[in-house]
Amino acid sequence: MSSPNSFEMSRRDLLVATAAGSVAVANSNRAANAQAATPPPRPGTATSRVGFVVNGTRQDLDLDNRTTLLDALRENLHLTGTKKGCDHGQCGACTVMVDGRRINSCLSLAIMHEGSEITTIEGLGTPDEMHPMQTAFVKHDGFQCGYCTPGQICSSVAVLEEIKAGIPSHVTEDLTAPTQVSEMEIRERMSGNICRCGAYPNIVAAITEVSGRQA
Amino acid sequence: MKQFTYERAASPAEAASKAANNQNAKFIAGGTNLLDLMKLEIESPTHLIDVNGLDLDKIEQSENGGVRIGALVRNTDLASDERIRRDYGVLSRALLAGASGQLRNKATTAGNLLQRTRCPYFYDTAQPCNKRKPGSGCSAIGGVTRQLGVIGVSDACIATHPGDMAIAMRALDATVETVKPDGATRAIPIADFHKLPGDTPEIETTLERGEVITAVTLPAPVGGKHVYRKVRDRASYAFALVSVAAIIQPDGTGRVAVGGVAPKPWRVEEAEADLPQGSKAVMAKVFAGAKPTEENSFKVTLAERTLAGILEETKG
Ligand SMILES: Cc1cc2nc3c(=O)[nH]c(=O)nc-3n(C[C@H](O)[C@H](O)[C@H](O)COP(=O)(O)OP(=O)(O)OC[C@H]3O[C@@H](n4cnc5c(N)ncnc54)[C@H](O)[C@@H]3O)c2cc1C
Ligand code: SF4
Repeated sequence: MSSPNSFEMSRRDLLVATAAGSVAVANSNRAANAQAATPPPRPGTATSRVGFVVNGTRQDLDLDNRTTLLDALRENLHLTGTKKGCDHGQCGACTVMVDGRRINSCLSLAIMHEGSEITTIEGLGTPDEMHPMQTAFVKHDGFQCGYCTPGQICSSVAVLEEIKAGIPSHVTEDLTAPTQVSEMEIRERMSGNICRCGAYPNIVAAITEVSGRQA
Repeated sequence: MKQFTYERAASPAEAASKAANNQNAKFIAGGTNLLDLMKLEIESPTHLIDVNGLDLDKIEQSENGGVRIGALVRNTDLASDERIRRDYGVLSRALLAGASGQLRNKATTAGNLLQRTRCPYFYDTAQPCNKRKPGSGCSAIGGVTRQLGVIGVSDACIATHPGDMAIAMRALDATVETVKPDGATRAIPIADFHKLPGDTPEIETTLERGEVITAVTLPAPVGGKHVYRKVRDRASYAFALVSVAAIIQPDGTGRVAVGGVAPKPWRVEEAEADLPQGSKAVMAKVFAGAKPTEENSFKVTLAERTLAGILEETKG
């Protein structure tokens, strides 16, 4: 909200003006949403059965229809590596891979993933056997508080695959030429992952190193 | 979020007839807009019809030399398609300027067309909003209007269509194909697809209850240089303050559609004859009758300068 006269806005106006923006903002609605853990299905609740594969393991769940993929991972499967930030697709902390593509797990219903193959941060690597991207984030200090990190790492891995697959971005100069790794490309493609600590330069360094290794 | 029942539809006609029988049913595609609004209880469908299994995820050559884009084609796949990149670059560019990589992987062609406004008061359920609650009043009028519309707006609502994709589709003269619950099909020119608010801002498109979007078609390529310029508060991952989709031919003629300024993609064909005279002449006609507020009148100037930049870039 960089309105030249924003300092004249009341607090209420400011909350209103930021509520629909793309930044992760905690208005009262959001905070309430983020705190409410998904309840287990109760009698009288509309539920559905869904089966998908998470990090190589088949999971069959009876879920309240309202359960997001994020809540199913965290609350039902106790895979708490995937984080809930804004719960509105604005911050990227909930990024996971579904059928090889990164998505915001907070904006997807679990019951819509029948048969999906899901990879979370726990499936990318373990403390003993880290994924190269995890190693690079540690080496380059690609985080401070660490809350956005699982989402950042899942997104980073997907970004390099997207570049390899020839998917263009907003900063790709020639839409008909092969896509390449550059700092600009990484920054643009990672813009769906917000880091409140501002570890961006180190995140870019980590991704760049992994891309070099892969090339 | 309110409770809802859920089912998957197997064909567009089946989806349409299922929805026609239930006033509180909604289709769900990528879910990236609908679920967001359901969490805030701005939308509270009691039944969701999942359209992801409708086999509408292909981009095909059409008989007239154009392309037919299935309603379920993801934004990432549409932006990356070889034909779209080569012959309809403005569309590829508009898609890539929108949302984030994660969201584009889920967002579909139909869902993107139907995404709802980002008016901050529409999102604040504590305040009156004619679009959210017909007849309750408009909090934006007299409120903070920086992001809101300057043209095509009414005394009941001044919100904008927030998307990027539709702006490029307007410049490309796209057509929206649908199936109605009785099985009848329609082809709606994109110019007629979104409605101006008038007294009924809650009605945003010409779609009838239960009508399913099956595809968007583009006519044969028109050549020219394709540009989509989006001006926003951040360099990435933000909605447009103003955006301009332009196709400029070597002789200086072309097409211009503007986003971020109106309840629908804003294009005034008669203004395009003035392209050789420059941006000021074109935008004077595009914004004829505009009603900006003190806070958002900058959008008119911004649109004019954005087009000026495009004309400079595409010169020669
Ligand atoms: C943080 C954030 C930032 C964003 N930034 C941008 C941006 O910069 N630019 C931009 O353009 N967009 C942006 N978006 C919006 C995004 O593009 C939309 O959410 C997305 O395109 C919606 O597509 P979907 O398939 O997920 O739709 P859904 O949420 O599934 O559906 C949207 C609506 O379409 C209806 N629907 C879906 N399919 C059909 C069909 N086949 N027939 C009839 N009705 C149907 C649904 O009933 C619903 O009403 C952003 C979204 C978020 C969350
Ligand atoms: S401008 Fe439209 S969407 Fe915004 S508060 Fe007014 S009626 Fe609601």
